[in-house]
Amino acid sequence: MINFLKYKWVYGVISICVIIIGLFSVFRYGFSFSIDFIGGSIVEYKFDKKIDEKTVRAFFNKEKIKIFSLIVESDHTYLIKTESVDEKKEGIVRRLLETQQKTHIETLRFETVGPIMGRETQQKTVFASLIAIVGIFLYLTFAFSNFKYGLAAIVAMIHDFLVVLGSYSLLSHFFGAEVDTLFVTAVLTSLSFSVHDTIIVFDKIREYRKRDTITAFSVLANKAFTETIVRSLNNSLTTMLMLVALILLGGASTRFFVSALLIGIITGTYSSPFVATPLLDMLERRKR
Amino acid sequence: MKQKRKPFRVIFFLIILFFIIRIDLPENVPLKFRIGNLKIDSVIRAAEIDFNFFGIRVKKDFKTRLGLDLKGGSHLVYEADTKALPSGDVEDALISSRDIVEKRVNFYGVSEPVVQTVKSGTVSRIVVDLPGVKDVAEALSFIGQTAQLDFKEESVASSEAAIATDTPLILRLTKKTGLTGKHIKKATVQFDQNTSNPTVALVFTEKGGKLFEEITKRNVGKPIGIFLDQLPLSAPTVQQTISGGEAVITGNFTVDEAKKLAISINAGALPVPIILREMKNIGPTLGQKQVQQSVLAGGVGLSAVIIFMIGYYGILGVIASGALLIYGLLSFAIFKTVPVVLTLSGIAGFILSIGMAVDANILIFERIKEEIRRGKKFDSAVRIGFTRALSAIKDANITTLLVSFILFNPLNWSFFPQFGVVRGFALTLGIGVLTSLFTGVVVTKRLIEMFYKDKLKTTI
Repeated sequence: MINFLKYKWVYGVISICVIIIGLFSVFRYGFSFSIDFIGGSIVEYKFDKKIDEKTVRAFFNKEKIKIFSLIVESDHTYLIKTESVDEKKEGIVRRLLETQQKTHIETLRFETVGPIMGRETQQKTVFASLIAIVGIFLYLTFAFSNFKYGLAAIVAMIHDFLVVLGSYSLLSHFFGAEVDTLFVTAVLTSLSFSVHDTIIVFDKIREYRKRDTITAFSVLANKAFTETIVRSLNNSLTTMLMLVALILLGGASTRFFVSALLIGIITGTYSSPFVATPLLDMLERRKR
Repeated sequence: MKQKRKPFRVIFFLIILFFIIRIDLPENVPLKFRIGNLKIDSVIRAAEIDFNFFGIRVKKDFKTRLGLDLKGGSHLVYEADTKALPSGDVEDALISSRDIVEKRVNFYGVSEPVVQTVKSGTVSRIVVDLPGVKDVAEALSFIGQTAQLDFKEESVASSEAAIATDTPLILRLTKKTGLTGKHIKKATVQFDQNTSNPTVALVFTEKGGKLFEEITKRNVGKPIGIFLDQLPLSAPTVQQTISGGEAVITGNFTVDEAKKLAISINAGALPVPIILREMKNIGPTLGQKQVQQSVLAGGVGLSAVIIFMIGYYGILGVIASGALLIYGLLSFAIFKTVPVVLTLSGIAGFILSIGMAVDANILIFERIKEEIRRGKKFDSAVRIGFTRALSAIKDANITTLLVSFILFNPLNWSFFPQFGVVRGFALTLGIGVLTSLFTGVVVTKRLIEMFYKDKLKTTI
């Protein structure tokens, strides 16, 4: 049996450090939001020859279209984010570029979202997330019919939420990841994964507790940890194998989404034995 | 007893597997090879069911449906401007607007378009998905048209004034005749016999024909204006009374313009103006690349998982991998049957669920190992392992199902997100979790019973 509860404080320090770094990033750098949330346009052009980045910018400026960002992709391909423009204005710029630069443009993508739609999406997403979290909370209370188990699992879930949020802010700052609806999806999936993992450990503890009401709680917790850790690691490992394959080989447009999921799975696996269980142990102790 | 039932089980299992694989086969793959003297040259087609069952026709095909982000196409969101309408009429106006937009899209020749209304609070929207459309600007130009066709004549006052002043013709045509697009049965593109310019020929309904006859009768020698959305199309001068219920609009049209005009008239006018609020247009090349990448990623990930499982659990791992493959085939068959429109995020959800599908097996195997450590025989260890693991598996998967239910928003509640990206993910994840419960528990157990039982007594 592994006495993992002995190093409680180490886990605490690790968690707090990660969360503080993340929160620092959130407040310092914030997030960049996708056009789904704030409105705007994305155009992705593929030219048939090399066109200077400055030239592309100049053509947009001429039509008084504000460019938020311009990413040079491979093969003379540009990804340009601008304020919200309609298809007519985009057509004008594209045709001007084609005729004056003597090139052919393939529009790989053109997206535009009005600012009102963006705000609405924001509200709905926040609402759905809240409902999902409340749902998980209610389910936990029901599943364990014990307030302490539920509370410990929720705290672990909040821990995971903060870790994912903070890390994504770093990804956002250093690699240009955007907060979009997919990110929200990744967060919710991570949270459900986190709870899923916690339930497995708690289920074991509860099972021991039923059979044995004398032994100290921490001993049972250690026993449960020893028996579930292999399963926990193996389960996360298989999921992580799939996600890493997606990050390395999958398309660019889901890369950050999958990264967020990966972070979520890692912290979700970590938090069950190292956050939720020590916390439950502390709660159980207080009773006596 | 048990030994006797075994062959039936195996046969049943193989038949089911055959059907699943048949559904899963890719479409339109040419098959060309030869075995000895036998030459095979055919094309794999999508599976199809088409037969009469006591007079009820059952027809279903099993094709892979790809979303706009993978196939390329346009996603348009229009907002209906219903401010001018009394609140009781909004619903009807919206539905007929949707029908008209759908008609226009169909006339335009888009395959498998999706046109739906979405209500969000007090705002009514029409969402249009056009797979495979390249020139969005053109599609937009006629989808959003209100297409109110109006016939106008000179008012008495202005015709008198015209003699005195020199008001342009178009401005004098102000009096509505009551004849509108509603009174037109059919519009077609024709070519003028003299000039060979394209024109739009109109056939009126019975009532429209009568109206037109009256209008031309009282306006002989005077112009009649034909307006589309308050813009003049043409203003021919009436030579004689036209009965027979037909008319021709000659304007300075190009063939394309004439075609579009005919489409708009045929589809009818929108009862409310619609404004474009959101548009997503994805070229076909981008999607193809993403599909290839995702399939590759899925294949590599799956192989890694299988290698890991076999490396760690040995023969049990082989069985889990078998269950996993069946899981993959089964969920893909379900996607084709439902059918689930596969989007990029949907594929990500599916790949994630593969990782999670192994979980049930791992839980069970760890339990079995635990029981064996306690000194139980394999038979009873398997039995106990399955029952014990089941409660944990059930509890753990409910949360995932809960989250995918909320994200999928099956009842289309307007206070939840209604966007495709998240829904695609939630749907495949949800189906994946349910399928994995089945394959992870039931299929694995059967597989253990079928292949593993005799060997096991010797290995452990």
